[in-house]
Amino acid sequence: MNEIVRVSGLRVAARNEEGIDVPIVHGADFSLNKGEVLALIGESGSGKSTIALSLMGYARSGCRIVGGSVRVGDVDVLKLSNAQLAKLRGRTVAYIAQSAAAAFNPSKSIMDQVIESALIHGVLSRKQAQAKAVELFRELALPEPERIGARYPHQVSGGQLQRLMAAMALITDPALVILDEPTTALDVTTQIEVLRAFKKVVRERGTTAIYVSHDLAVVAQMADRIVVLRDGQIQENNPTEQILAAPEHPYTRSLLAAIRPAARQGAGDQEAASTEEDVLLDIHGLEICYGTKKVLQDVDLKIRRGAAVGVIGESGSGKTTLAQAIAGLAPTTAGHILLDGQPLSRTLAGRTREQFRRVQFVFQNADTALNPKHSIEQILGRPLRFYHGMKGAQQQRRVAELLELVQLPASIAQRRPGELSGGQKQRVNLARALAAEPDLILCDEVTSALDTVVGAAILELLRDLRRELGVSYLFISHDISTVRALCDDIVVMYSGYKVEAGDQQAFVQAPFHPYTNLLTNSVPELRQGWLEHCGAAKGGLPPIGEPASVANLCPFLDRCPVRIDGLCNRSAPPRGNIAGGSEILCHHSGADLLKAQESVNSMKLVGTYA
Amino acid sequence: MKPNSISPKASIGSGKDNALKQDGLNEPLRTRRRRLSLSVGGVIGLLIVTFWALMAVAGPLFAPHDANAMISDGYFGPLSLEFPLGTDYLGRDILSRLLHGAPFTIGVALAATALACTAGVVLALVAAASGGWVDALISRTQDALIAIPNKIFALLMVASFGSSVPLLLLMAAFAYMPGSFRIARAVAVNVMTMDFVQVARTRGEAMPYIIFVEVLPNMLRPVMTDFGLRFVYVVLLLSAMSFLGLGVQPPDADWGSLVRENIEGLWAGAPAVLAPAVAIATLTMGVNLLIDSFGGRSKREMEK
Repeated sequence: MNEIVRVSGLRVAARNEEGIDVPIVHGADFSLNKGEVLALIGESGSGKSTIALSLMGYARSGCRIVGGSVRVGDVDVLKLSNAQLAKLRGRTVAYIAQSAAAAFNPSKSIMDQVIESALIHGVLSRKQAQAKAVELFRELALPEPERIGARYPHQVSGGQLQRLMAAMALITDPALVILDEPTTALDVTTQIEVLRAFKKVVRERGTTAIYVSHDLAVVAQMADRIVVLRDGQIQENNPTEQILAAPEHPYTRSLLAAIRPAARQGAGDQEAASTEEDVLLDIHGLEICYGTKKVLQDVDLKIRRGAAVGVIGESGSGKTTLAQAIAGLAPTTAGHILLDGQPLSRTLAGRTREQFRRVQFVFQNADTALNPKHSIEQILGRPLRFYHGMKGAQQQRRVAELLELVQLPASIAQRRPGELSGGQKQRVNLARALAAEPDLILCDEVTSALDTVVGAAILELLRDLRRELGVSYLFISHDISTVRALCDDIVVMYSGYKVEAGDQQAFVQAPFHPYTNLLTNSVPELRQGWLEHCGAAKGGLPPIGEPASVANLCPFLDRCPVRIDGLCNRSAPPRGNIAGGSEILCHHSGADLLKAQESVNSMKLVGTYA
Repeated sequence: MKPNSISPKASIGSGKDNALKQDGLNEPLRTRRRRLSLSVGGVIGLLIVTFWALMAVAGPLFAPHDANAMISDGYFGPLSLEFPLGTDYLGRDILSRLLHGAPFTIGVALAATALACTAGVVLALVAAASGGWVDALISRTQDALIAIPNKIFALLMVASFGSSVPLLLLMAAFAYMPGSFRIARAVAVNVMTMDFVQVARTRGEAMPYIIFVEVLPNMLRPVMTDFGLRFVYVVLLLSAMSFLGLGVQPPDADWGSLVRENIEGLWAGAPAVLAPAVAIATLTMGVNLLIDSFGGRSKREMEK
């Protein structure tokens, strides 16, 4: 048939510090027909990006393509000289990188960068290229397609930048487009818009594409075929329907199993154990300003002893700031935080060692949260000594116990963080918090930097620890399914406001706050056709007049699909309870929301639990 | 209330035994970390620096003659077996004088640099960790000091207090402290924003622990590189002072004063003026070669 790419026996090796070549891709074979979208999927280190880059004849520094062949069209890419490769890249094969923010030059206008490759390869004149760019902007559903090109990269949002990068890649009508994790760094609500735009363009233009991702659910929306990789070896290469319905390889099955942690019934047992009055942390009317900008407003939150409270929201919603305020890192401007009835000082300086011990912060990124110059034993030993005065053999014994608690071998105590894998580091990060024997652990996106399988294991560990030790969690995440799987109570934040709060059961079924509904519907599902049929962020928003200059208007006004002209843009929304027990910040009643959300959500539930 | 005291299921012996015997994976990792790789330039630099370090300690012991004895009849004598580097303007043995001068030049410079860097780094750490007005106060004071030209400052100090070794040492340390502070503060501010420092702060750690245990180890490499560079500057400053006759006073002599004493010999092409100049040149080049190779190594590590 119309074969456009054939990779056979591709081997790539990386040179380690001793100067020995270590193979990282062992003989990959696959082919791709014109107009097809092929996905490369695997965990980090599985070689998916390495393979994608080799299609452009490129190997990252320290890596070398040692064998095999890569044919794109009728040329063998690996036999080309550097000059010939320069002609190929951007013309025949185009690349869309993971972080558009890092890939754009901040000091050149967007239009100049988008049409650059067309001009370099001499495909189009400047005028034609600009016309074509505007056409692409329109197809990619970018706002103001005529004018967006005159802006600079920092003047557009992350999701828009990612789409602009797609325009940059498509401007020369390349035979093959490589998309390397293009939506991984985006919020789910943005991801869905970008995916829609990509899909539309790919379908309309009949683009042949290779989509690299770790997220099977995203890939299911985009790809015709999926290649599953692990440790540089192809495990399975099958059409998408077959991978989803009947995966052949056990590894593919484990990926599918890990991708959506199912909500546990175990959460119910915890609630019986702790009575309603046993409030560990009580936050009232919390407000934080950076300069004149309010990043948190009027946040109330109660954490019961032994309970897990999830906080979700997209980037910029103030969820991390909330945790920092509890830890004392972000000074509050109003409101108070009570720990067991005792007020916590708003800054670090006013807190006692006992208060520090009882609230521990686990940072998102274990790479930077562990001091690279300290051994694991030092890292875990310090809180033991600091809070409990443990020394010598007693401390060593406790370090070994802690390592066992987080399921790590005691032998790693002498290593440094740089010698551990991402999952191991996150476990050490957790063990350090546990060393203090805290009452409350603030977990800030602890699984988002990890691979799905590793992240699922960490979640499992958190769940076990809570059962064994009875600690409380404030669990921050942008991923609603992760939160639903672990937490008893869930709080939804949007631009500094708490827009919805309720127990886990309330987040299973409609009605939701309109923003929660958008979040829930934006999480990609593991079935084909979800992208086309899901209700999130689709269709126009009801028109409203100019918002009145009233304080505390609904923060979600600009994006709300159920906003009401004359009400939402005129007065501040009240807090009210809806069916299911949630408290929401919205003008709508529960019954209204239920009616609006039911049709879409009933379908969604089938999708989740099918 | 100690919900955490879980009993370990398996018998966990003393932590250390366990750690040592468990897995073979440890070995290659550890050797890789400890491996020291120097470029050719780095090895040459290391050899030169080691040589001069030895001379600074033991140089006077190797001196064949009394450094101050006028033992030769001829002044500005050529190289000979008895006087391997010739004789100076009074007929003294240059090799002996050079070896006796090594502790002055290297020792004083080393002490001054160590003092400058220690003071600069500690101030920088305090400034970076405190922030706010403490940082502003320290930084602006250092900025004011950095505005004074080193040589003018040195001349002023010698003119006011007279020349002596302790004064030279303190003066050089003081003159080079602000530069060291600037570099160290820039690095420290970056390290302070790392999550592990935030972790230490939320643990309730006091400032000394944070700056010396958490931050300092992570800024040692740039600080050491800066130390090497600054050492070279101090050697040059002290030599320049001595050349002007304001440094180490006769009958003692450091390398700078050796050059000055024998400047007359330049017309005759006497080795007496070349030898100390070459000594200064090799020392500064050796130190530079060594720290350049450090810098290269850290850059390579950063890329990964």
